[in-house]
Amino acid sequence: MIKTASLPVHGQEATKNFVIALAGNPNVGKSTVFNRLTGLKQHTGNWPGKTVTRAEGTFFHRNRHYTLVDLPGTYSLHASSTDEQVARDFICFARPDLTLVVCDATCLERNLNLVLQILEITDRVVLCVNLMDEAKRKGFRVDIDMLTHKLGIPVVGTAARSGRGLSRLKNVLDDMVAGKIVTTPQQVVYDPELETSINEIAKRLTPYLPDWINSRWAALRLLERDYSVLDHITDNKNKNYSPRILKKEVALCLQ
Amino acid sequence: MVIPNSLSLIDIPVGDSARVVNILTIGANRRRLLDLGLVPGSRVEVIRRSPAGNPTAYLIKGTLIALRNEDARQILVDTN
Ligand SMILES: Nc1nc2c(ncn2[C@@H]2O[C@H](COP(=O)(O)OP(=O)(O)OP(=O)(O)O)[C@@H](O)[C@H]2O)c(=O)[nH]1
Ligand SMILES: [Mg+2]
Repeated sequence: MIKTASLPVHGQEATKNFVIALAGNPNVGKSTVFNRLTGLKQHTGNWPGKTVTRAEGTFFHRNRHYTLVDLPGTYSLHASSTDEQVARDFICFARPDLTLVVCDATCLERNLNLVLQILEITDRVVLCVNLMDEAKRKGFRVDIDMLTHKLGIPVVGTAARSGRGLSRLKNVLDDMVAGKIVTTPQQVVYDPELETSINEIAKRLTPYLPDWINSRWAALRLLERDYSVLDHITDNKNKNYSPRILKKEVALCLQ
Repeated sequence: MVIPNSLSLIDIPVGDSARVVNILTIGANRRRLLDLGLVPGSRVEVIRRSPAGNPTAYLIKGTLIALRNEDARQILVDTN
């Protein structure tokens, strides 16, 4: 991750509304973070599955308008349940300006699976390591600097219930949308045979995909025979596009 | 593929723990189990069985997860 000098604020930015997707595992405090940032009272509770569909709220910080979208908690983005589908479709296809991932400081290993999956989709990601008070109580020490370094994205430690770390989080979100932070996200590298297929499929897909869809990510989904991705690609740059052509292209690669 | 005499998660009694060796399913179901934290090498503790005997609650990477016995049967483990 590289910090660059402050970029000039464009005239339109003052009126632009920046959309932030709020994602994370179930029960990690996403709605608590949401309430802290927006001042709204989205229902929170100490059991998973509280947020069933997405909720939206707005806030204003350093002269910018933000819309925060609280997504249902999921362990993965493989669209195998409605919740996963809602979260995935929003992060992939609604084109938020950035995605804020909330995770639980007391079980990072579990939580980082989702973080890595999101980093395969987009590099516009900020990680909020929440429940830092719980981690401390349990005697865990979370190395935020090391996480920042290893993941290549900004990481902020918070205790959202008491509000600790939230103002710093707001500033980091702002630095991201202002273009002051360039991320270098950690990518999962698969075994060489799979990497060859991914690269081949991604290369063939690129002419058909809109610029904002990561072709490596699309290739991975197609390799898993998840063709639903193709149905979402409608405003494409290639007139000859059709899901049928894409499937044929992929089939060629898989031979 | 069935490996004779191998233990699956369903064979582990409540209160005991085991380590994941392999998952026997493929495709989306395998992916789902991996995403729940059932990756080879992970330790899983059997917390309790529902009164009907299915599902069973497991502690996996710090979170309580309920698995159907049909799924648990696909997860090969060792007790070391
Ligand atoms: N100690 C502590 N508790 C927290 C913190 N953040 C949230 N909580 C509590 O954790 C519980 C779950 O919080 P929610 O905000 O509902 O979690 P969520 O991620 O929105 O949950 P789902 O929508 O079900 O996925 C609530 O009881 C919160 O009060 C924190 O930083 N520290
Ligand atoms: Mg919630």
